[in-house]
Amino acid sequence: MLFKDKKAIKSSEITDQKVFHDRRRIIKAAAGTALGSMMSPAAYALKKYQAIPVGPYSASLKVTDYEDVASYTNYYEFTTNKTDATVLAKGLKTNPWKVKVEGEAEKTGDFDLEDILKANPLEERIYRFRCVEAWSMVVPWIGFPLGKMLQQFKPTSKAKFVEFTTLHNPDIMIGQRTGSLNWPYIEGLRIDEAMNPLSFLATGMYDDELPNQNGAPLRLVVPWKYGFKSIKAIVKIRFSETMPATAWNKRAEGEYGFYANVNPEVAHPRWSQSRERVLGASIFTPKRNTEIFNGYGEQVASMYSGMDLKKYF
Amino acid sequence: MRVSKKGWAVIKIAVFLLCLAPFVFLVNDTIQDQLGANPIETLHFRLGDWALRFLCIGLAISPVKRFFRQAWLIRFRRMIGLFAFFYATMHLLVYMVLDLSLSWDAFVDEVPQSPYILVGLLTYVLLIPLAVTSTKAMQRRLGKKWLRLHQCVYLACISAIVHYFWLVKSDFNEPVFYAAVVFVLLALRIRVKRKPKLIS
Repeated sequence: MLFKDKKAIKSSEITDQKVFHDRRRIIKAAAGTALGSMMSPAAYALKKYQAIPVGPYSASLKVTDYEDVASYTNYYEFTTNKTDATVLAKGLKTNPWKVKVEGEAEKTGDFDLEDILKANPLEERIYRFRCVEAWSMVVPWIGFPLGKMLQQFKPTSKAKFVEFTTLHNPDIMIGQRTGSLNWPYIEGLRIDEAMNPLSFLATGMYDDELPNQNGAPLRLVVPWKYGFKSIKAIVKIRFSETMPATAWNKRAEGEYGFYANVNPEVAHPRWSQSRERVLGASIFTPKRNTEIFNGYGEQVASMYSGMDLKKYF
Repeated sequence: MRVSKKGWAVIKIAVFLLCLAPFVFLVNDTIQDQLGANPIETLHFRLGDWALRFLCIGLAISPVKRFFRQAWLIRFRRMIGLFAFFYATMHLLVYMVLDLSLSWDAFVDEVPQSPYILVGLLTYVLLIPLAVTSTKAMQRRLGKKWLRLHQCVYLACISAIVHYFWLVKSDFNEPVFYAAVVFVLLALRIRVKRKPKLIS
């Protein structure tokens, strides 16, 4: 009998699962350090943005676990599966990275992300993130205010909107070989929305660089809007006079509007938006009531005064 | 091949345990916290997937039995059907108990706004009489009507597919796959039904 001795293991000798995982973590951390020291001095530090100051509007919210945020992403450029994106996005090379600026601005052209980061001091913003699928999380982003960055390109008076484009590279972004959306992914903001101090461009999260699946190396974060507005892996910013045709709006006009402001009163045609599942809570925790503008009304509501939010959803 | 009464009992228990395995894995993953960032969604989707798979397996039994002349397969159809009902029940319970936290306000607000949830509920309602009348005694009592009643499962399969299509945002691969399976299994029945007419 090959497995005769199996019974001989006492339960006291079996490693407790928590201890096992702790050990794994220590081993992983040690491996990371060893690898880092071999590569370059810059990679030696495990986290890149540890000493970044916390910026304004960062409400004292309970931050979602990093593992949840990094393993649950809608990144249709790779796959429509939220957990598979974590693995598939690994192949994306995010350094060096260029951002093309064009349209109604005085200063246009190709800019190295490195130079953009030098010109824009980093800060941390802890924002709620509400997906149109009725789940939400709280993420500590590292980045800089979008408005201040856009001003550096001196937009002209004709610049009424800002359009953002995600990288289009079907060789690596294999989801772009399918017709799940019209590629490339395009998103946009009205110029006053883009200049609002809440609008943020993130290059990191949780004191470290953005993982690829979360939109590295540069993504938009507009916390009062549904998550699909917060476009990932930005390669182009265009100032325009007309409203950009955005990816989800092109896919289903009646379901995903240009504004996409979080609003519990305006249901998605196929589901209610009045509640949201807060990720990281126990399975017995009831859903949270969704707030208008995701709780950022004080900063953004005035931009929409007099607008019919049911019509301009 | 002759199998004794005892032999069939053993085989039935084995098939039963096999059908229960996805549920056991799900319970295990729940206890071990292995359901990912959105555990309720994972539970809900995996149970829904299994309900649909068992509906398809149940639907496949009679055509497979016919084409491969394996009459013994029919012995398992009741069990498969009841497992479809079991997974559908758990799917619905996860929605009611975990997602809606048994809140009537949430139910009244969310369900009427979601056509796909309404279709899902309709599917479940169609399955209830089938589960209730699945016993041998009921089969005898209802006679010919029993077959008619249990053809409701065709409708339930179609409405389950509609339920799936209606909730998807943009990637229709999976509902298209199940729709194709159900389409083929229903189409096979049309052919099989005509045959006796030609003979007579």
